[in-house]
Amino acid sequence: MLRIVLSRTLPRISGISNCQYSAAAIPVPSAQPEVHYNKLFINNEWQDAVSKRSFPTINPATGEVICQVAEADKADVDKAVKAAREAFRFGSPWRRMDASDRGLLLSRLADAIERDTAYLAELETLDNGKPYAVSYSVDVPMVVKCLRYYAGWADKWEGKTIPIDGDFFCYTRHEPIGVCGQIIPWNFPLLMQAWKLGPALATGNTVVMKVAEQTPLTALYVASLIKEVGFPPGVVNILPGMGPSAGSAIASHMDVDKVAFTGSTEVGHLIQQASGSSNLKKVTLELGGKSPNIIMSDANMAEAVEQSHFALFFNQGQCCCAGSRTYVQDTIYDEFMERSVARAKSRVVGDPFNMKTEQGPQVDEEQFKKILGYISSGKREGAKLMCGGGVAADRGYFIQPTIFGDVQDGMTIAREEIFGPVMQILKFKTLEEVVERANDTKYGLAAAVFTKDIDKAHYISSGLRAGTVWINCYDVFGAQAPFGGYKYSGNGRELGEYGLDNYTEVKTVTIKVPQKNS
Amino acid sequence: MPVIGVENVQSAGAPSACTVGKQGNMSSEPGNCQNHQDHDPDHGDAGPAKQTMPMPVPNLEVQYTKIFIDNEWHESCSGRKMPVHNPATGDLLCEVEEADTEDVDKAVQSARAAFQLGSPWRCMDASDRGLLLNRLADLVERDRLRLATLEALDSGKIFLMAYFVDLMATVKTLRYYGGWADKIQGKTIPVDGEYFTYTRHEPIGVCGQIIPWNFPVMMFAWKVAPALCCGNTVIIKPAEQTPLTALHMACLIKEAGFPPGVVNVLPGYGPTAGSAIAHHMDIDKIAFTGSTAVGKLIQKAAGDSNLKRVTLELGGKNPNIVFADCDLEYAVEQAHSGLFFNQGQCCLAGSRVFVEDSIYEEFVCRSAEKARNKVLGNPLVPGVDQGPQIDQKQFDKILELIESGKKEGATLECGGGPWNRNSLFIQPTVFSNVTDDMRIAREEIFGPVQQIMRFRSVNEVIQRANATHYGLAAGVFTNDIDKALTVSSALQAGMVWVNCYNAMSTQCPFGGFKMSGNGRELGEYALQEYTEVKAVTIKISQKNS
Repeated sequence: MLRIVLSRTLPRISGISNCQYSAAAIPVPSAQPEVHYNKLFINNEWQDAVSKRSFPTINPATGEVICQVAEADKADVDKAVKAAREAFRFGSPWRRMDASDRGLLLSRLADAIERDTAYLAELETLDNGKPYAVSYSVDVPMVVKCLRYYAGWADKWEGKTIPIDGDFFCYTRHEPIGVCGQIIPWNFPLLMQAWKLGPALATGNTVVMKVAEQTPLTALYVASLIKEVGFPPGVVNILPGMGPSAGSAIASHMDVDKVAFTGSTEVGHLIQQASGSSNLKKVTLELGGKSPNIIMSDANMAEAVEQSHFALFFNQGQCCCAGSRTYVQDTIYDEFMERSVARAKSRVVGDPFNMKTEQGPQVDEEQFKKILGYISSGKREGAKLMCGGGVAADRGYFIQPTIFGDVQDGMTIAREEIFGPVMQILKFKTLEEVVERANDTKYGLAAAVFTKDIDKAHYISSGLRAGTVWINCYDVFGAQAPFGGYKYSGNGRELGEYGLDNYTEVKTVTIKVPQKNS
Repeated sequence: MPVIGVENVQSAGAPSACTVGKQGNMSSEPGNCQNHQDHDPDHGDAGPAKQTMPMPVPNLEVQYTKIFIDNEWHESCSGRKMPVHNPATGDLLCEVEEADTEDVDKAVQSARAAFQLGSPWRCMDASDRGLLLNRLADLVERDRLRLATLEALDSGKIFLMAYFVDLMATVKTLRYYGGWADKIQGKTIPVDGEYFTYTRHEPIGVCGQIIPWNFPVMMFAWKVAPALCCGNTVIIKPAEQTPLTALHMACLIKEAGFPPGVVNVLPGYGPTAGSAIAHHMDIDKIAFTGSTAVGKLIQKAAGDSNLKRVTLELGGKNPNIVFADCDLEYAVEQAHSGLFFNQGQCCLAGSRVFVEDSIYEEFVCRSAEKARNKVLGNPLVPGVDQGPQIDQKQFDKILELIESGKKEGATLECGGGPWNRNSLFIQPTVFSNVTDDMRIAREEIFGPVQQIMRFRSVNEVIQRANATHYGLAAGVFTNDIDKALTVSSALQAGMVWVNCYNAMSTQCPFGGFKMSGNGRELGEYALQEYTEVKAVTIKISQKNS
């Protein structure tokens, strides 16, 4: 993710080389960072689980246990909700705080995270398996930018005064929703935490956050920074735990006012259902995708190949917005295929702490097996395996960069989200055809088109049913630009000004006046 | 502008240690009137303030006295310098390089180069512009004591006010606009036909900014922060009376990492440097804060030259309306600080206090009592409420208006003359039985002189309050929600305060109706004054919703 960040961190790279992360600016990491926090964070204090249970978190590069982490369940969720509710009480320090001071706290949190960039990047790589060079130069800087961005919004989220009919004075207040449950995934643990906390806290909510059981460590360290910079107790509570227990308790809780979830479409259904069967809490969802990436014959070939490679393989293919259906126009299909295979074969897979590594392990055994299952289905259903297709190391969860050619729209690998380093390349002839095929999915998260033709660019970007469309680029994220899905890919938007809507209740106040004047 | 900390200031000094009435004497009591350099640092701890009171930097030396162009210090092309005085003592603080037309030309060249398409400043991410403004805020916070001391020395304002009000507002303004930089969003617009239309919010270009002496560093922040967050480049002329904090800010701007030419600071006089900016053919926009008389000159200069965009923040003769159903003691207090804050040198000063008939006598009596209790003296010393006026010219003008008030038949309740011979101090003065036609009720005094008028009905007071060519601010004190809303709707003023006065904040727009100005500063509204909107329309093959 994030050309933008990369090009800023490193001296401007004109072409795109195999080694995107020059080691020059990146400090040598410790491959065994010390873990400081492994408990539940409630009311600014570290607590054991009520059940006293804990679970192991695994280093996916080796399959070894890093440490045990306290495991939150329903009773802990209740405690956290109580703390968050108390922090949200009318008249509490958090409610009475100047909006600009909420912004200042978020700014300070960004400063503290920036200060600890190297450590957080090490911990993220250890727990998640993503290459350290990426954690350091993409994930953590984007976290800092996201928090700074929302820090700025805190005192700029303005209501309106409204010229209603009659002798009335009418205005709106943008009030926080209240206690927000937030459930985040393991593919970008730190970044997803920032995407969730930034808008929720800027608008004055309190938070009960469940982090993924695969990757709880960085979120807990950030919890310590939240306390350090001075957020009042109970404003942010962080609970490591499992989806069916802790996650479900949040989604079904009668005193949680809103739930925001990022993860699979399957679980998204459960969250929405839980809201319906409990207190109709507001729901925002960022779910799966099967995002089309359309390459027109007039595109710059080298750039389209590199970007399409990046679009799919970035983060071990574990991106909801991965460009996992690469549609290539028939006249350039063969050349595109040849170059893409060469690029995938040159991808460096290995120890994520090695600076040359482009691809680390998948996050856990479950994902690892699931991806291998999809690869088998691709072979079975008649797609042409162009490279990869198997396990890449004898321990850890490494998978070879894999490309399938001659993929048909009906194949499982063209319809389901694989969430791994497996690229599908499909052939198309005409503009109208490719728009129709690209939209023929239940998902609608992201899409891209590569072309030099301004009319084609506009035609396709208007025609695609997706929350984000990139033209001649891919995975370009900015904290300023909204992100979210059409259709089964979600509900609501994160980032940008739009992200604030999902954390705000609008209150209309109308006052009778003796005589209205314009 | 009481923001955070003002209560601290008021409660921390020993309030009666050096009460100054008509015959007050600056050196009659210990504690208040020593030279600040010998001051016991623990003195400020008396009283209920929670934190240690900040103390002025002793023996502060002025570091920056030159013209700041292209991130470098320059001598004036003419070789001329101008003297800068401490108005509390009349002492010469230093001499500062005096900018004139030639220096303005140099600065414009530098600002234009910094604004070139493809320049580092133009290519910078908006979020990085925001980061630079945030860093500047951090540096101001670091140098807060030094800046507050410099401000108090140069302008005569109370040190603790400079520290808690001016510097706090400066930091907050810089941070606030730091946050806006990457939130100034254009739109995509559903135009008719087969087109795709979007707007870009682009910076205007080279902005000339001319600021006054009453809040030197805060006005500096009000001007540069929105200009820079939108991506403009700036040539700013601080007032000749108070150039020192602006020059210190220049140094911090360089330290924060703004590219050369983005901000240029030129101390100089209005008729020379100021006029050169207003007439310049290569300055795209001018923003001025100061008198209405000079505001007219600025507008004319823009018309005579290149039709540069103009925003103006000018004078005021602000009504403050007190109804009988208000909390009287609180209203007296607010009306008092609404006028006397900053030696009365505020464009916002509530200089026409309209008090409802039935509480009039009581209000006047309490107001005079409050004014009599004001402590005048060295602005660096804790416990002092009022410093000197800024210079001889202002001092003379205020005294002349006081005399006119006496002559035209207003009742002098207290004060009414200079305080402490051979200085620029003026006694806190209250006039009652003021009528609307008197000069003191029509002209901006810009000094510690409070006019109290009587009124009977809501309609009457609205009409009288609006009978002025100014329209900057207004206050209303009442516990009746209907009166509050009726009066606040009816008043022709850019800011109306209900049951408060001078309640300003960086999020809230500020500016005047009528001859009090043009455009708004602060808040989101200020961004409009520093952006050009470009509508881009692209022919497309087929439009769809």
